[in-house]
Amino acid sequence: MSTVGEATVPVASRRPSARPHARTARRILVKVVSAVFVLVAAASVTFFAQLLVPGSRATAILNQQNGRAQQWTAAQLAPVNHEFGFDKPILLQYLDYVGGLFRGNLGTSYTQYKPVTQVIGDELVPSLVLTVGGLAAAWVLALAVILLTAKRRRFISALGSTWEALTASLPTYWVGVVLLVVFAVEIRIFPVIGGTSPLGTVLPVLTLAIPLAGFLGQVMRDEFERVLDQPFITTARTRGMGDTAVRLVHALRHSVLPAITLSGWALGALVSGAVIVENLFGRPGIGQVLVTAVNTRDVPVVSGVVLVVAAVYVVANLLVDLVYVLVDPRLRAA
Amino acid sequence: MTAVAVPRAGALARLRELRFRVQLGTVISSLIVLVLLVAVVAPAWLTHRSPTAIDLEHTLLPPSLSHPFGTDDAGRDLYTRVVYGARESLGIGLGATGLAMGIAIILGFAGGLAGGLVDTVIARVLEVAFAFPVLLLALLLIAIRGPSVTTEIVAVGIGSAPGYARMVRGQVLAVRNADYITAATALGHGRWAVIGRHLFPNAMRPLVAVITLGIGQSIVWASGLAFLGLGVAPPSPEWGALLDSGRMYITTSWWLEIMPGVVIVLVALSVTTLGRTLQHRLEGAAR
Repeated sequence: MSTVGEATVPVASRRPSARPHARTARRILVKVVSAVFVLVAAASVTFFAQLLVPGSRATAILNQQNGRAQQWTAAQLAPVNHEFGFDKPILLQYLDYVGGLFRGNLGTSYTQYKPVTQVIGDELVPSLVLTVGGLAAAWVLALAVILLTAKRRRFISALGSTWEALTASLPTYWVGVVLLVVFAVEIRIFPVIGGTSPLGTVLPVLTLAIPLAGFLGQVMRDEFERVLDQPFITTARTRGMGDTAVRLVHALRHSVLPAITLSGWALGALVSGAVIVENLFGRPGIGQVLVTAVNTRDVPVVSGVVLVVAAVYVVANLLVDLVYVLVDPRLRAA
Repeated sequence: MTAVAVPRAGALARLRELRFRVQLGTVISSLIVLVLLVAVVAPAWLTHRSPTAIDLEHTLLPPSLSHPFGTDDAGRDLYTRVVYGARESLGIGLGATGLAMGIAIILGFAGGLAGGLVDTVIARVLEVAFAFPVLLLALLLIAIRGPSVTTEIVAVGIGSAPGYARMVRGQVLAVRNADYITAATALGHGRWAVIGRHLFPNAMRPLVAVITLGIGQSIVWASGLAFLGLGVAPPSPEWGALLDSGRMYITTSWWLEIMPGVVIVLVALSVTTLGRTLQHRLEGAAR
């Protein structure tokens, strides 16, 4: 991460001209195309994952539905094979699958005999509320700690950075268990099983936010402290700008840049965390669907959830890239 | 990464303080890892109880002097079970990290050395792999193969491999064009000799610390899978399995979850701290 101050940006690059816009447009196009490529490849992975199930898939389905582990006759397997399209050539199945994705079809659940999209459908919203809430809370928490403790007296700075190092390394489930035991069992402020009620969402969101805030805070602190040593900060101070204003206006703007990039990346960690949080707090969502499906070995549902998450991840990172281009003028000109 | 700042007023004092803090952390971490190793090699030295001794008169007791971590639903001493679970938990962590590093080295070196089309393909594959969060990739594998210890190791290993592979590839690319590699080639050393004697050690040295960090991370991932009931199954004393079996009692007997969790966090933190110290040493030596 370069920390070139605004003062050193060459004047020439600020002159309005048509070419930077064309470059920006091409840059965006390249990113969109590569995102589409990643998505198709991810879909291929989830398709071939379904082929890797040991034994024939029809046998797995019949065993699952009848709760047995046995061999079935060809006559019994045939209708299942036909219904799920397993009797078609692999290539055709693949094209059907990928083609189906463009029409919003993720395949059929082995255990529930209904479209995967229906199984996931309603569960998507509570999971989205949880992850977006977790990300927002993490940002608020990280920014608060940074603004209050970074580059203060040595003791206070140390306290802040120790807090970040400690929370960043805590496993999600452990944070969740501690919060649950303290704030739902010992002090009964929040419900143990909160469902999707606002009060029941507080602990799950905090569970996700605390480790992420530690992680984001570590990154922001490095950048924040480096920026406060830059000459343009001294310039701002000599112009008579107050300490709080310097922190809020100048230092913060530079130090959030790496954190924005990492937020896109952190989405993966957030989703992993959400799976655990939903199971711990008995909160409905795709994490619950996912773990149930893994237990019943309903591979299409697992694949479907994984693919939806991968898609969200790719799109979110694409957005982060675009936001980056918009926030950082250097990237627009280059 | 943590760049060393330009010397400024008070920088020396801060550096000294930092060194003290690092050392204090290193000492504590080393002690914890030492105890962990004893638990792996000779668990009986750390406890006189048996991890499977059932005592139905003392079930679900909170932590006390005679049972420092409390007892579980069968009256077994939780501390003893944690001690005896260390071997399997560390084994899973090592296995998963080893597998991940193996995959990463193959992909990273193939891409970094071959360049061209091979490199482009590998870079693309990694980009796709990054779209899958570690836990989700692991869950997909478990759904396909069914839960077992092997699946758990493979799942965590494959899940964390892309991150390492990208680092290895970056290192190979950074070292490949170094002057000493050019010099060795110019001296007439064979391609594989240059790779084996110069490129590999120099590219991998900074990654030693990463491997150490990875072990802690793998233990945490594996215990997360077990927490979901998809790792090592109870009644094994493996740490993840302890978390899994304690979940039922979470509202009544908090120690069954919190205590194994504390141990996992401490081990992960210690291994991480040692990894960081190692990194500082190696970077210092390189400079």
